[in-house]
Amino acid sequence: MAIAKKKDRPGGIPEASGAELLNYYRKMLLLRRFEEKAGQMYGMGLIGGFCHLYIGQEAVATGIQSALGPGDAVITGYRCHAHMLLAGSDPKAIMAELTGRAGGVSKGKGGSMHMFNRAGNFYGGHGIVGAQVALGAGLAFAHWYRGNDRVSVSYFGDGASNQGQVFESFNMAALWKLPAIFVIENNQYAMGTSQQRSTAVRDLYRRGEAFGLEGLQVDGMDVVAVKATADEAVAHCRAGQGPIVLEVLTYRYRGHSMSDPAKYRSKEEVARVRAERDPIERVRDRLIEAKHSDDEALKEIDKELKGIINDAAEFAQSSPEPEASELYTDVYVA
Amino acid sequence: MVALTVREALRDAMAEEMRADPDVFLMGEEVAEYQGAYKVSQGLLQEFGAKRVIDTPITEMGFAGVGTGAAMMGLKPIVEFMTFNFAMQAIDHILNSAAKTLYMSGGEIKCPIVFRGPNGAAARVAAQHSQCYASWYGHVPGLKVIAPWSAADAKGLLKSAIRDPNPVVFLENELLYGQSSDVPDGPDFTVPIGKANIVRQGRDVTITAFSIMVSKAMQAAEKLAAMGIDAEIVDLRTIRPLDGETVLASVKKTNRLVTCEEGWPFAGIGAELSALVMERAFDHLDAPVMRVAGKDVPLPYAANLEKMALPQVDDIIAAAKAVCYKT
Ligand SMILES: Cc1ncc(C[n+]2csc(CCOP(=O)(O)OP(=O)(O)O)c2C)c(N)n1
Ligand SMILES: [Mg+2]
Repeated sequence: MAIAKKKDRPGGIPEASGAELLNYYRKMLLLRRFEEKAGQMYGMGLIGGFCHLYIGQEAVATGIQSALGPGDAVITGYRCHAHMLLAGSDPKAIMAELTGRAGGVSKGKGGSMHMFNRAGNFYGGHGIVGAQVALGAGLAFAHWYRGNDRVSVSYFGDGASNQGQVFESFNMAALWKLPAIFVIENNQYAMGTSQQRSTAVRDLYRRGEAFGLEGLQVDGMDVVAVKATADEAVAHCRAGQGPIVLEVLTYRYRGHSMSDPAKYRSKEEVARVRAERDPIERVRDRLIEAKHSDDEALKEIDKELKGIINDAAEFAQSSPEPEASELYTDVYVA
Repeated sequence: MVALTVREALRDAMAEEMRADPDVFLMGEEVAEYQGAYKVSQGLLQEFGAKRVIDTPITEMGFAGVGTGAAMMGLKPIVEFMTFNFAMQAIDHILNSAAKTLYMSGGEIKCPIVFRGPNGAAARVAAQHSQCYASWYGHVPGLKVIAPWSAADAKGLLKSAIRDPNPVVFLENELLYGQSSDVPDGPDFTVPIGKANIVRQGRDVTITAFSIMVSKAMQAAEKLAAMGIDAEIVDLRTIRPLDGETVLASVKKTNRLVTCEEGWPFAGIGAELSALVMERAFDHLDAPVMRVAGKDVPLPYAANLEKMALPQVDDIIAAAKAVCYKT
């Protein structure tokens, strides 16, 4: 019987080359700048409905997606802008989806919570908490059925981890040895409910023990550690050893969604995480300490990314609203 | 033509489509080793093996989600529910994950999946095991909903459902599984989704029905004929997309409509048909539409009460006479 493990990495933070670190830095900063802009545009009334930002959690998706190869499938909940960017979708089309325009990735019909990229093997973008876990097990099932060595990654939150279908999915994935990586993004809160108030046993990496699932826990504010742990999980699945649980300890800086003032936690708590654990600052420090880069060069990257994001924001405002005729398309496949 | 039971017709439909397309597989509770809770999947495990005929744990929400996820990646799952009563656990995936994703993704993600199993009342199994879900699923854009009566339609429509690139809810009826009728031979036979079938021609009144209610409507028509009322019976076969044109053409001929369904009347299929005819054939009606439906109560267990709660042949006769102003 596999036993869950805490991965505090007693051997210290794994090594990463300068090129790798720069790559992470770039990717995480792109996610952050995108989300900051989305937040701004929401404030200006350009984005409607629910809009869940990924700020603070960048190392999770960046680290895990860096461990994946072509054909590996990814699925998540409504906090999905980052996953779309990492799947290779055009920031313009993502931002235009947020503004509900014709140029959006879902033609403006999905919005912030419902975005997909088949070519990039990203299967959404789902608004029902927990649904993506069973669907993700289904993606793993499809790999298993086709007899390839690809894996599926299902991201879900600490709150979602209490849904019944999560356990149903663990059971089937274990029973059929599906190549499923269940990533619990533990940011300590489900909307306004802290983990303390919702969860009897808070070691979420142990959630699969009843099904014989191995579980790993990693510091989700350290992209290098996330990547290294994800490598292990991917290797486990590719070797045909069935599913695995990966708990990633992280934190969101903003409210649950743009309409949440986050009064259930103190400003100090947020400030402390930002100051001590910020995933982007951490990579930045390592880059500079090891002299892989310098202030100037990193500023240059930021400038370039801000350019990309500004273009996206402009496109998202200039792209027209969908044609009225779009109302009735895509209800059925003809 | 060969005479087949509905049960055999469904099995043959699945077997033929599984032979033709390796992406088609069957999953559900007791579908493999036990050969189906109602023996619909008889022989499929033996022919196709455990990889394509998959016994699931009792975990409706979970396996509906797994099937839907597999469909999003291009497989063509047939998900069997032991009965549709238990699909309430899974209805979130049927609606929110399967039916809506094509639209929300702007056409990016397709979901070719069939959810099938017995629907409606069986015999003496009481309220939790005896509900008709036709109007529930029929409500949802993005789903196709089928409820066949004859063995030929069961086979031909299930084959079409499996081939269809959209999510399909396929409502069977336990009491029909053992009924035999003629089915055209060969794997090329299909029945198009969205086409009603006039199973009895008549001049005086149109009676719509689907699934087991077609049997009852046919019995009613025999008795009505003896009373001098010539009923036309439209077997809807597909609930969504509903073949309104066939119903309207029939009503324009008979000028009277009686709708039959086993489900509850409130917001039911009969309510939908009444609205359709009111909107598009108002001037052709010689009498108000009458609905024959289940009584507005949970289905009771006691034999006498159960009979009272379910729509019976006599109810159809009474409704037909009423719209014809015959006493
Ligand atoms: C089935 C369901 N119940 C409730 C909601 C409303 N809701 C949306 S997000 C959320 C909190 C989820 O928290 P968590 O799983 O920790 O993810 P996080 O938002 O922290 O990423 C809730 C209750 C929903 N979308 N779906
Ligand atoms: Mg959370």
